[in-house]
Amino acid sequence: MTATPEAAVAPGSARPGEPLVELHGVQKWYGDLHVLQDIELTVGRGEVVVVIGPSGSGKSTLCRTINRLETVDQGDIKVDGKPLPQEGKALAAHRADVGMVFQSFNLFAHKTILENVTLGPIKVRRTPKAQAEARAQELLDRVGVGQQAAKYPAQLSGGQQQRVAIARALAMEPKVMLFDEPTSALDPEMIKEVLDVMVDLAERGMTMIVVTHEMGFARTAANRVVFMADGRIVEESDPETFFTQPESDRARDFLGKILKH
Amino acid sequence: MLDNLDEFFKGFGYTLFLFLVCAVASMALGILLVAMRVGPIAVLRSLATVYVSVVRNTPLVLIFIFFHFAAPIIGINFKWVQVHVGSFDFTSAFATAFVALSLYTACFVCEGLRSGVNAVPMGQAEAARAIGLPFGGVMTQVVLPQAIRASVPPVASALIAMLKNTSVAAIFFLAEATAAMRGLTNDYSSQRIGIFLCFAIGYIVLVEIVSMISLSLERRWRVA
Repeated sequence: MTATPEAAVAPGSARPGEPLVELHGVQKWYGDLHVLQDIELTVGRGEVVVVIGPSGSGKSTLCRTINRLETVDQGDIKVDGKPLPQEGKALAAHRADVGMVFQSFNLFAHKTILENVTLGPIKVRRTPKAQAEARAQELLDRVGVGQQAAKYPAQLSGGQQQRVAIARALAMEPKVMLFDEPTSALDPEMIKEVLDVMVDLAERGMTMIVVTHEMGFARTAANRVVFMADGRIVEESDPETFFTQPESDRARDFLGKILKH
Repeated sequence: MLDNLDEFFKGFGYTLFLFLVCAVASMALGILLVAMRVGPIAVLRSLATVYVSVVRNTPLVLIFIFFHFAAPIIGINFKWVQVHVGSFDFTSAFATAFVALSLYTACFVCEGLRSGVNAVPMGQAEAARAIGLPFGGVMTQVVLPQAIRASVPPVASALIAMLKNTSVAAIFFLAEATAAMRGLTNDYSSQRIGIFLCFAIGYIVLVEIVSMISLSLERRWRVA
């Protein structure tokens, strides 16, 4: 495990490197299927953790448990030292602090791009409308879709929609960002524009947990790679070690399959 | 027929007014029921499900009979309703029809809205929860606006059915269009066919208006 590089620490983040997201003894079953087994994972402030593994290995489920879009059957999950609330207002408040980017973008289809980004700040954070709009425009400019603010999601390309989704999550000023296969639904030429935004975010010191198949992103932006298979964390190490000297047979086998091409 | 246009219009006046108040009430109750049915509280969910099953599976005439003959025995009656507007009298016959029709139609409105809610992809609600909106915000900001668009056709169907169901009130002493027609066909039995046709056209015109409103809402609210 690598220490968090100095450069990745956000300005103003109070306790760099301290645990921000902690999972202890997490278990989850879908019927007889044990989808998460004895998960132990700690993500420090400002750290970028990439979760990879074959499909069905539980990596998306793991990502979704952190803002309780999936419940767990056993174990504790803490964000910023506080256990996840079960439900109600406390859970909503927790989710406001955890940004989430989905594989299928999930932009609100009936709202404009700008409204997509301002909805959370206005309705959840009670930010005045004008201020929320100014901030949203700033974020949209930053991810390169400022020109599209008045359009509806269906009028944008997949890559543009996903960048809006990132801006929507950032507008809540989250403590941590979860990415659930953010580029898996995109055409190859659009993957880069989304990854560029994510690399920029990592460089600005955002704490990120990224489920992805993009090995290039893992190599350039990750502090740590977590390899999952069959619901377990099989291996975790820094990207260089993971890609050049994987410890487990399972990881070697997986890398052999995907890096051959 | 032409000599009795005032009765024709008065009959359809009751029909139209009954339709309008029932539309508002059944929409309001339908929205409440669908919120209970898709909501997170198990007790409310079962309550709404049972209500919809029981009332939707009961013939409308039975519901009218209940409020006319059974409900007064257990102390529910509408004799206190005495509103007079111009030549229209809104009394217990009207109030009974209003209650029976609204309670009945609300089930169909609820199910129409529920089909709309189901048409909104899961991811929309997930994204709304992920930015920290509580259940109410998820529904009012994200799910319902899209669900209502998707449920315009089924809800319009429910309201059109209700518009024609107002004719059931004719059996229960309300002088709406069908009652007016029966009165006229009794008085002028040689002109029955003409009278039937006129009243049929009256209903068709009203239903067409509702369909046209539905169609224009569908167009205006089309998700981009």
